[in-house]
Amino acid sequence: MAMEVTQVLLNAQAVDGTVRKQAEENLKQFQEQNLPSFLFSLAGELSNDDKPVESRKLAGLILKNALDAKEQHRKLELVQRWLSLDPSVKTQIKACLLKTLSSPALDARSTASQVVAKVAGIELPHKQWPELIGSLLSNIHQLPANTRQATLETLGYICEEVSPDAVEQDHVNKILTAVVQGMNSSESNNDVRLAATRALYNALGFAQANFSNDMERDYIMRVVCEATLSPELRIRQAAFECLVAISSTYYEKLAPYIHDIFNITAKAVKEDEEPVALQAIEFWSSICDEEIDILEEYGGDFTGDSDVPCFYFVKQALPVLVPMLLETLLKQDEDQDQDEGAWNIAMAGGTCLGLVARTVGDDVVPLVMPFIEENITKPDWRQREAATYAFGSILEGPSPDKLIPLVNIALNFMLTALMNDPNNHVKDTTAWTLGRMFEFLHGSALETPIITQANIQQIINVLLQSMKDVPNVAEKACGALYFLAQGYEDAGSSSSPLTPFFQEIVQALLTVTHREDAGESRLRTAAYETLNEVVRCSTDETASMVLQLIPVIMMELHQTLEAQKLSSDEREKQNELQGLLCGCLQVIIQKLGSSEQSRYVFMQYADQMMALFLRVFASRSATAHEEAMLAIGALAYATGADFVKYMPEFYRYLEMGLQNFEDYQVCAITVGVVGDICRALEDKILPYCDGIMTQLLKDLSSNQLHRSVKPPIFSCFGDIALAIGENFEKYLIYAMPMLQSAAELSAHISGADDDMLEYTNSLRNGILEAYSGIFQGFKGSSKTQLLMPFAPHVLQFLDSLYMEKDMDDAVSKTAIGVLGDLADTLGSNAGPLIQQSVSSKDFLSECLSSDDHLIRESAEWAKLAISRAISF
Amino acid sequence: MAPHDLRRPFKRAAISDQQRRRELSLQRQAQHRRDAQHQARCLASFLNPHSDPEPEPEPETTSETEPEPSDSPKELDIRHASKLKGAEARKWFARQLMLPEWMIDVPDQLPKDWYVFARPAGKRCFVVSSNGTTVSRLRNGSMLHHFPSALPSGARTKDSSGSAQSYSILDCIFHESDQTYYVIDMVCWREYSLYDCTAEFRFFWLSSKLAETGACDPPSQYHRYRFSPVPVYNCDQAGLSAAYTGAVPYVKDGLLFYNKHAHYQTGNTPLALVWKDENCSQYVIDTDSKGQVPSQQQVVLELQDNGNLSTSDDPPVVFGCLDRAFIEQTESRSGNLLRFAIGDGGLNFVDGKLEKADLHYLGKPNRARAFADSYSKVMFQYMARHSPLRIDDLLASINSLSDQENKPSDVEMVG
Repeated sequence: MAMEVTQVLLNAQAVDGTVRKQAEENLKQFQEQNLPSFLFSLAGELSNDDKPVESRKLAGLILKNALDAKEQHRKLELVQRWLSLDPSVKTQIKACLLKTLSSPALDARSTASQVVAKVAGIELPHKQWPELIGSLLSNIHQLPANTRQATLETLGYICEEVSPDAVEQDHVNKILTAVVQGMNSSESNNDVRLAATRALYNALGFAQANFSNDMERDYIMRVVCEATLSPELRIRQAAFECLVAISSTYYEKLAPYIHDIFNITAKAVKEDEEPVALQAIEFWSSICDEEIDILEEYGGDFTGDSDVPCFYFVKQALPVLVPMLLETLLKQDEDQDQDEGAWNIAMAGGTCLGLVARTVGDDVVPLVMPFIEENITKPDWRQREAATYAFGSILEGPSPDKLIPLVNIALNFMLTALMNDPNNHVKDTTAWTLGRMFEFLHGSALETPIITQANIQQIINVLLQSMKDVPNVAEKACGALYFLAQGYEDAGSSSSPLTPFFQEIVQALLTVTHREDAGESRLRTAAYETLNEVVRCSTDETASMVLQLIPVIMMELHQTLEAQKLSSDEREKQNELQGLLCGCLQVIIQKLGSSEQSRYVFMQYADQMMALFLRVFASRSATAHEEAMLAIGALAYATGADFVKYMPEFYRYLEMGLQNFEDYQVCAITVGVVGDICRALEDKILPYCDGIMTQLLKDLSSNQLHRSVKPPIFSCFGDIALAIGENFEKYLIYAMPMLQSAAELSAHISGADDDMLEYTNSLRNGILEAYSGIFQGFKGSSKTQLLMPFAPHVLQFLDSLYMEKDMDDAVSKTAIGVLGDLADTLGSNAGPLIQQSVSSKDFLSECLSSDDHLIRESAEWAKLAISRAISF
Repeated sequence: MAPHDLRRPFKRAAISDQQRRRELSLQRQAQHRRDAQHQARCLASFLNPHSDPEPEPEPETTSETEPEPSDSPKELDIRHASKLKGAEARKWFARQLMLPEWMIDVPDQLPKDWYVFARPAGKRCFVVSSNGTTVSRLRNGSMLHHFPSALPSGARTKDSSGSAQSYSILDCIFHESDQTYYVIDMVCWREYSLYDCTAEFRFFWLSSKLAETGACDPPSQYHRYRFSPVPVYNCDQAGLSAAYTGAVPYVKDGLLFYNKHAHYQTGNTPLALVWKDENCSQYVIDTDSKGQVPSQQQVVLELQDNGNLSTSDDPPVVFGCLDRAFIEQTESRSGNLLRFAIGDGGLNFVDGKLEKADLHYLGKPNRARAFADSYSKVMFQYMARHSPLRIDDLLASINSLSDQENKPSDVEMVG
């Protein structure tokens, strides 16, 4: 029943487009006519050593793609399809695959490894293919190195594909034994050793039990450390990758080995080739990540509890670690600042130094300062840049007390360097360092300002001047200005020190956006982002200047919409620009809309702005849509009920946004905008509610839509109900069952991880906001009795949330508020029900004495409403 | 298995500005949702004041007019109110203030059940802070000031503690000479309604909450007028004396008496009383538009359908009646306010009830007038011209009570 596919597979890779197209068509036909036979033919092709390697490889790839897809629902379809295939065909295919692992052709073996792992990924969780691991392990001791290499690779892929609980501990032990043996220096074949080392990387997640056993852990660590000394670069690199993975997965087990690891990494950083040295630095960056997390948990929770204790590895290694990192800073590449994708040892070392500073704080400063002092004035640009970079790196972490005196000295030097240093690289890093000074050491929270009346003029002059420099330097200057403005965000009074420079700054930023070379080094984006921040942090004094910005930005947006006959590349750039301009308008709308006086003046532009936003929807760019949608939301809020005049035209884009499953961010933002519009229009939104509710209900039922959009959709039900009141009646039969089943699902989640708990809490919050809106929406209407049948369930939901004890503060606040809303709307009818609920007693009294004033406020409300409901 | 990418962000901010915009939008939306919720909730207390226990009946109030609790604004809620403009807003706010009756008789149990404080001279008004701005409205509903204040949500500041649209309502008197709003009562605080709370609680809340906001600080850019609480005393001998003679930073205009157990009730109420004499007020006897005390007492009364002339009380007290010809001649209509002088015939009482008033038509009052005079006001003014209630009468009433307390008290039978 196998088909002859060799020629078609070869044709499918032909240079000639028509031949290729024809072949692809044929393959598609085969697949549609007889899938089992098609898959079997591909497996046969892959396993046949007489066939050309090109057709074998493609056969394997097509097979792999028939088993897995990126998109979640497509993936599920493929899994179901494979599971329902005739078992005898599957057995034959699997036999072919395993056989291929012994093929002399590397490409065939390697492709087969991946396909085996995909099949295992489907079958092992269903307790199928139980003999797989056993038969793979029996290969390990076979003589041909080919087979051993392919088998180890396959085991690695399987570990990547399958979750640890799908493999029994006995098999895990055997896999690890085989893998670690394969890594051992006694293995003479480098390909085998490399495959084993890479396999261990994936298998580490399976090794929990083994890492808890001292002897086994010692053995694994010894072998990994030995592999970092292999003569073969790829093996050393893979071994360091294992160490990096171990540093985050088994941080708490590292103490006995950390000294040896430091020596190994230091040697690699100093002497080894870059790919290896980068991994060695990454080990320390990763240790920093771990310790920063742990210390944050210490600091965040006054009980000082953390699941994992901090071993202060970084602090202990500091005297040797810092000099090692400083040395890397001198190994810059010539053009690294112009190359977006660049990553080298100097960049990695500087990044690690920044993490070290965040981990240990003040202790890093005395170790770095001598290096800076020695190098910052040297004739060699590398030394000046390294010194500047070192300074910039340690500005986050140490205390302001320690840093501010240094910054006060350095600031002037840096400003001069930014103007006068002959080297672009040095200027780039200098501007970045200034940005870091402003980001971490400038703002109302700090007692002694580094920016004063005396130097602000000079700082701004230098930055504006520097914005005319080459794109990468100008971009950093914009970034520095961004943080300079941000520092005045909560100046509190209506007078900002930036006011005298406002016009000049805005003008300079607009000039940057028009530079010919603004497309390089994301300069244009940086300029708009800085403009946004300057507007956000502006005060009433400059409101009129912000207002003048509107026609300017609108004109720019208009021009992008008028551009004709663009290449796809140009169009992409145009869309990006539209996104930036919409973003800028959004920030302005939000700024001016928040003050009564400026709102009235800027509303004169509302019609024109809306017309432009609607035109942006004609583009196909998700980012541009998202930005336009955000801007419209802000406009709706500022406009209020008058927004209704835009609805006839806007509605279809709203619906389009709600249907955009693929770009779920667009969908999420559109859901938020529906809320804005509800609050702006109140009951005038009624004519659009059928359409909106239909779409929202569809979204909720879809398994294609990203789950993060679902909580906001529930909240949106509440927004709609609050806006249209008892008119929500007709949606109750759809919305309530959905809310109920979601509530049941979210009430109990045992053994969920942090992510799941966080998501569940956001879901609970959405559901509760929906209930709140619905109850409040119906209040005072003649139809409150329609909600009576749902009361027992809502109260039950609140009770079970209370019993579970795993809700966060936001949920507590919303939940206790819902109790009040229910009592308020249903009144004495619900009195007995409320009195029976745990929520009305223990939960309420807990909330009444909460430390969180928002929770207390909601609880006060609930208490008041309940006392009314039961006093009848 | 290719080596894993280990590049980290280099010289880049941790989050993009776009992500920031997204997050700020979400925050804004969440904030507005909370505000909408709060407003919906607060509305409850405006809609359901009847669900509260009736205010305790004032024992042996001799007032002829036992006013029913006046109508609460059922059909209009604060959310609408905040959007009302012009006449409608005036109409709505005009009904929101609790208006004390004039003290024409000393209530029993002054020291036990009442507070006393010196009323600042000035314009009585409602101060509403919400949505980043503050508006004060006079007794007739018209706007006095529109300004930023340190009250909750009273100014557009970046301070995001508390919700931007939460609102608070204070009952104030604007004292012109020091440009200060003296807060005499608190009606709603951070969308928490105090309508249903006793005066005892309201004053407690007022004294503890107002200062927290910085509203009592001197004026600044975001805080145009200073707010200040007034010293409130238990109405015992010491308290009454302190209120009457004690130094305050404002010009006094009489004394206000608040029953501790009374809720905030819109309109006229006998559970709050005002009393004046020449020592503590410049305006004991009403003046005319030129600031002169007219030789005859003037009253403003409302013309009813049937031609009756009545006070603003509920139920109204009838002072007289106009005939059809007179109504047509003056082009008056039902609901119009008309000004009269009380002639030498004065007011005549039979069994404590008004029997006859000697009224002389003067004309129509100033357009700003929203209400007819209340019965107690007419009476107080009448007494002020003939036989005023003096501070000594008040002190005597308190003393007689404290004498009584020293005696074994009788058991009150309730059957």
